Amino acid sequence: MPGLGATLGRGAATTYQQDLANADCLLVMGSNMAEAHPVGFRWPLKAKENGATLIHVDPRFSRTSALCDVFVPIRAGTDIAFLGGLIRHVIEHDKWFREFVLAYTNAAVIVDEGFRDTEELGGLFSGFDPTDRTYDPQAGHWNYAGANGKTQHKDEGNPGTHGYGHMGGGEQHPQPQKDPTLRHPNCVFQILKRHFARYTPEAVAGVCGCSPEQVVRVAELLAANSGRERTSTIVYAVGWTHHTTGVQIIRAAGILQLLLGNMGRPGGGIMAMRGHSSIQGSTDVATLYDLLPGYLPQPTTDDAHSTLRGYLDKETLSTGYWANMPAFVVSLLKAWYGAAATPENEFGFGWIPRVDGDHSHLVTTDRMARGEMTGYFVFGQNPAGGGMNAGMQRAGLRALDWLVVADWFETETATFWKNDPTGPPPRDVKTEVFFIPAAGSPEKEGTLVNTQRLLQWHNQALDPPGDCRSDAWFVYQLGRRLKELYADSADPRDWPIQALTWDYDRRHPHTLPDRTASRIHDEPDTLRILQEMNGRTADGRLLQTFGELKDDGSTACGCWIYSGVTPEPGRNRANERDRTPGNPVEPNWGFAWPLNRRVMYNRASADPDGKPWSERKKLIWWDEAEQRWTGPDVPDFEPTKPPTYRPPAGATGMAAIAGDTPFIMKTDGLGWLYAAKGVKDGPLPAHYEPIESPVGNSLHPRQPDNPTVRTFPGPLNPLAAAPTADFPVVATTFRLTEHYLSGPMSRFNSWLNELMPEMFVECGPELAAEVGFANGDWVTVRTPRAGIVCRALVTSRIKPLRVDGRAVHQVGLPFHWAFAGETVGGNANDLTSIVADVNVSMHEAKVFAVRVEKGPAGGPGLLPTKRPVAWPTREPTPGTPPAAQPEGGYAHGG
Amino acid sequence: MFSLPMSNRPQPFSPQTSDKASRLRGATVTASVCPYCAVGCGQLIYTKGGRLIDIEGDPRSPINEGTLCPKGANAFQLAVNPHRVTQVLYRAPYSAKWEPKPLAWAVDTIARRVKAARDAELSAGGKAVKSFGTLGGATLDIEENYLMKKLFTGGLGVLPVENQARI
Amino acid sequence: MAAEFDVTARGSPAADPPPGILGKVMRHLLHPFRRGTPPQPQPATGFYTDTSVCIGCKACEVACKQWNQLPADGFAFTGNSYDNTGALSAESWRHVKFVEQFDVLRSLRERVPGNGGGTSEPLAERAEHSPADGRLSLDVIPPPADRWLMMSDVCKHCAAAPCQHACPTGAIVYNEFGNVYIQPDICNGCAYCIAACPFGVITRSHFDGHAHKCTLCYDRQKDGLVPACAKACPTASIQFGPVAELRERAAKRVDELKQRGHAAAHLYGNQRTEAYSELHSFYLLLDRPAVYGLPDDPVNPWVHMRGDYLRTVAFGLAGLLLTLAVFLLAGRPA
Repeated sequence: MPGLGATLGRGAATTYQQDLANADCLLVMGSNMAEAHPVGFRWPLKAKENGATLIHVDPRFSRTSALCDVFVPIRAGTDIAFLGGLIRHVIEHDKWFREFVLAYTNAAVIVDEGFRDTEELGGLFSGFDPTDRTYDPQAGHWNYAGANGKTQHKDEGNPGTHGYGHMGGGEQHPQPQKDPTLRHPNCVFQILKRHFARYTPEAVAGVCGCSPEQVVRVAELLAANSGRERTSTIVYAVGWTHHTTGVQIIRAAGILQLLLGNMGRPGGGIMAMRGHSSIQGSTDVATLYDLLPGYLPQPTTDDAHSTLRGYLDKETLSTGYWANMPAFVVSLLKAWYGAAATPENEFGFGWIPRVDGDHSHLVTTDRMARGEMTGYFVFGQNPAGGGMNAGMQRAGLRALDWLVVADWFETETATFWKNDPTGPPPRDVKTEVFFIPAAGSPEKEGTLVNTQRLLQWHNQALDPPGDCRSDAWFVYQLGRRLKELYADSADPRDWPIQALTWDYDRRHPHTLPDRTASRIHDEPDTLRILQEMNGRTADGRLLQTFGELKDDGSTACGCWIYSGVTPEPGRNRANERDRTPGNPVEPNWGFAWPLNRRVMYNRASADPDGKPWSERKKLIWWDEAEQRWTGPDVPDFEPTKPPTYRPPAGATGMAAIAGDTPFIMKTDGLGWLYAAKGVKDGPLPAHYEPIESPVGNSLHPRQPDNPTVRTFPGPLNPLAAAPTADFPVVATTFRLTEHYLSGPMSRFNSWLNELMPEMFVECGPELAAEVGFANGDWVTVRTPRAGIVCRALVTSRIKPLRVDGRAVHQVGLPFHWAFAGETVGGNANDLTSIVADVNVSMHEAKVFAVRVEKGPAGGPGLLPTKRPVAWPTREPTPGTPPAAQPEGGYAHGG
Repeated sequence: MFSLPMSNRPQPFSPQTSDKASRLRGATVTASVCPYCAVGCGQLIYTKGGRLIDIEGDPRSPINEGTLCPKGANAFQLAVNPHRVTQVLYRAPYSAKWEPKPLAWAVDTIARRVKAARDAELSAGGKAVKSFGTLGGATLDIEENYLMKKLFTGGLGVLPVENQARI
Repeated sequence: MAAEFDVTARGSPAADPPPGILGKVMRHLLHPFRRGTPPQPQPATGFYTDTSVCIGCKACEVACKQWNQLPADGFAFTGNSYDNTGALSAESWRHVKFVEQFDVLRSLRERVPGNGGGTSEPLAERAEHSPADGRLSLDVIPPPADRWLMMSDVCKHCAAAPCQHACPTGAIVYNEFGNVYIQPDICNGCAYCIAACPFGVITRSHFDGHAHKCTLCYDRQKDGLVPACAKACPTASIQFGPVAELRERAAKRVDELKQRGHAAAHLYGNQRTEAYSELHSFYLLLDRPAVYGLPDDPVNPWVHMRGDYLRTVAFGLAGLLLTLAVFLLAGRPA
């Protein structure tokens, strides 16, 4: 999130999946797209049919690699080194898109001369404080020369919080000193050039385990397919994010794409492939501890945050679109507290809980395992199976007084007290468990936000069975009950729950699509919730755009970035499904935030004068006659601001954004090659080894791993200190097409289980020969946290790599199995550790050190908790003659 | 060369074969979205007599154009599944078994647990609630996420509100 | 956003049988004697499976099970790449095969000079091939040396199907779309078809004892719907349509792949051979058929039986003659 946000302004995929078909070259890295997103992969394949080159860089030769033109194997966790090699090649061989870089990035900006790079400080940036292992950007002089912007920013000032606020953005002087010749030794371009000079093909090959030629070849392919006429796209997924250097890996990709001019253009950009149906939405609406809906930073215990004015003064960025932040915050408070939010009480700002430290999931797990938590709600998630160091997660659940699990099946999290093979017997587990049966997606209505920021409404098709209810029902009814319980309190601490607006009753009869009445009468009206997020004026009119929001309390809006999704009564654009022949962005299918823009930063698809870079790659351009931006997509720019516009001195807000700077969420409108703000572990990406690695850091020998990473020492979470000899094999986890996450949505399904029935470890024949096992044998994979028993799938797709002059073995572990379901097996996440990167408390599931041992001969000795069912249902299809019954079903006509 | 010595005469159709038809005739079609990954494939849900009879890709969707992956194609079994729990299950402390419970009881009991934990923590001088929290949201609708954030953060003052999303 | 499913239907399904036990008994007694009205023949339809774009996702397998409500038939880890389905059967009418070709192919290519190269070929050599404008043409990128081939297998719907010939009950018919269809209400489970199929497509279900296989979604075709697997396939590896159209499309695709360096790309079952009929479900393969577990030259099993028939008749005649001779000789008075 901050990776893209700090570079470009918004922490979300910059384009839409179908646009991948427009690319001339695709680099898929940190993503196993064909397996994890098979339907999304149809678009890269269309590009391939059109002549594009597909490149896959990955530790494993997967089903994605099988369809790509070029496959480069690298050691897991060396992505920054590889990308650094590409960046260096592009700079050294003058392959960068000069006009684009000069106009649209901060390449020419001059940085404070006090800044010291990793080159000068042995792998550290200036400003590092070894006592608390954090950077102080102020002390490190990361800022621009002569910067007069606000130097103190929330996510830098308070180590408890993350860089989500403002989507990772930060204040920066809108008109800094520049050297358009790019010769000044302290200009961003020169710093970049020096920083990556070390990443020669040979050095990179030595770290990654590929050949130098492969680095050069990928760089050449990308460079040849970028420029005015051509564009390349980078696709990533959790193979990049699940690292202690994840934010910086994505930063490196952003830098590369800015240098090549592949941003805001058809077939360009960075496509983040997210894993869950609404993971983008849950970040937008922010079921996250340090964020309010719409990427507004949640106030902290910082003194300045004690008043609304102080908070807004400190957090509002004076230039760029974020200058409107006061309107977003006040409108949110009005949506939450309604009439009780008045100017006198600062619209209830004081009722928002102040963040006093890191309360992200991993840290909460640590606290839970230490017995510091009383209760926990888990909605459609499975920490006991899929959480990092799942054994510690289960220890945490056992230490709770009560746990509420809302799900469809009896998952590991629901049954940890009785089915955990490593846990104590139930009589020793104190936790009180409530299992709330959840409605399935066909049985409820609501909006999912997919990986391309597209809001798509799903309609209810039928009633849920028995007592199954939507999670919205549960939270709504729980809220109502709590409001009753607190109704009579006079204690000021109970005012927020009393003031909270909480009326989503249905005003119309709840009718199903077949025109029968629903038998459930108290489900909340989901559309009313969406309309609250869309926002209204004081007189109840629905907002058409967030441009209408005011900071005086006259508008209420629950999530400003969604404004426009329900622009008028009876209209829900998320539920509009119309095709637009001839317009590739398909603007009338669903609704993309912000304001239905499908390609973000699309102003960059035109040159500084507003003309398309080329006919082949045009998307948005300046129509001189009409005096407005036009094209098939909605301009991600002020629609009538001419390219020639130059901000007057002292301008604020959008007036400070020039007509030729496309990144409007940035205070200076530029893409940040160098990010002085928004990233806590350095303004530039540097290669660090994973926390657990069999080798040292050959690029920065004095600094093996990311210096800012937090660890959680304790008997439940031991780490193999790097470089480790006891655990000599590099392990990575991966997703199979046939299963989903830790299995709650796939291991209770016989049609999927039969396709992939058992946990296995994927390894090469060389490792198998060394340890002495054969394909299909039982093996034990061990880390300091746990050992799991699984099958060996010995395949030549996995090869040892030459790293640091010796052969390093890699193994791949699918993370879909645990102890509950029709199929059960060793849990890859019992092996993973809890560590947290400093930007977003991200763990490192994608690389850790293991040892592979033979046996035990009998396998894990785990029994499934559910008997497989051959047929989902034995009932004939109602109202259907025998001749039209399913051919293979129970009811077939034989 | 490859024909058999016996004559290859067409065989008669059984009445059932002549009446062959799809079970979708007369079904109600509802537009939906696949609940699995973030690609966001359009799905069409077919129901008949209040029962789910088929889920397929929505051919109109510009994202998937009617196609699905094995998980999306499995969406039917995800919903029509004998393993699904259809009543509230309760496990008392140190108990070895589930007990079925009414829904209303569950909501009421949980609300009381929440109030007790919150009141205890705030009475002890806490400024925000950290003794309980929520996890999940990336598999839920945004409206559900919004209610969770609003109730737990905005209403109850709970800090540990988290989901699967990171970076 | 709901609507009623609209069919451009030909004819309407028959009414439900009369209710009650009597009706059920009557139906079962009369059923074997009733005959349906044969439908008007339509242009032959079939599958064209382009293995060069198969991503091995198995959507076809699940979509088939879902539409036809086929049972899951056991969880068995095979260790054979990602294939745990094993084979086509009465319960699995689609089967995705996985063929890992690593190192073997490379060592083969190394012996053939000038036949493309692996990923480690020095770039300097490639630069010569690049056109002056810096654009890379496709011939610069040879097909990768290491391959993981995937292929979704299914009933071949042979133009002259041995199973249909072998069926003694008339259960196997050609429907109006030229597809081979096992009528489940006629099949008695004799298994002759199983022995007759040269591709090993058919097995007998251990749930009901009858033979089952792909119907090419006869029920869906009746209502103008694309078969479930072809509809689900995310990369259009499985294509459905009139066979003539598919063959044209496939031929073009082979040319295209050959131009891109896939020298071995060819169609399987596109034409009749000396020994076998053309297939209505045919394949684009990137290697020899045997690599995918398909017979290189399928033959009708009857070919092997011709000699047996002749020998049987010959032996019978010889025996008869011998007996006659013995009788004649024995009957002669000493």
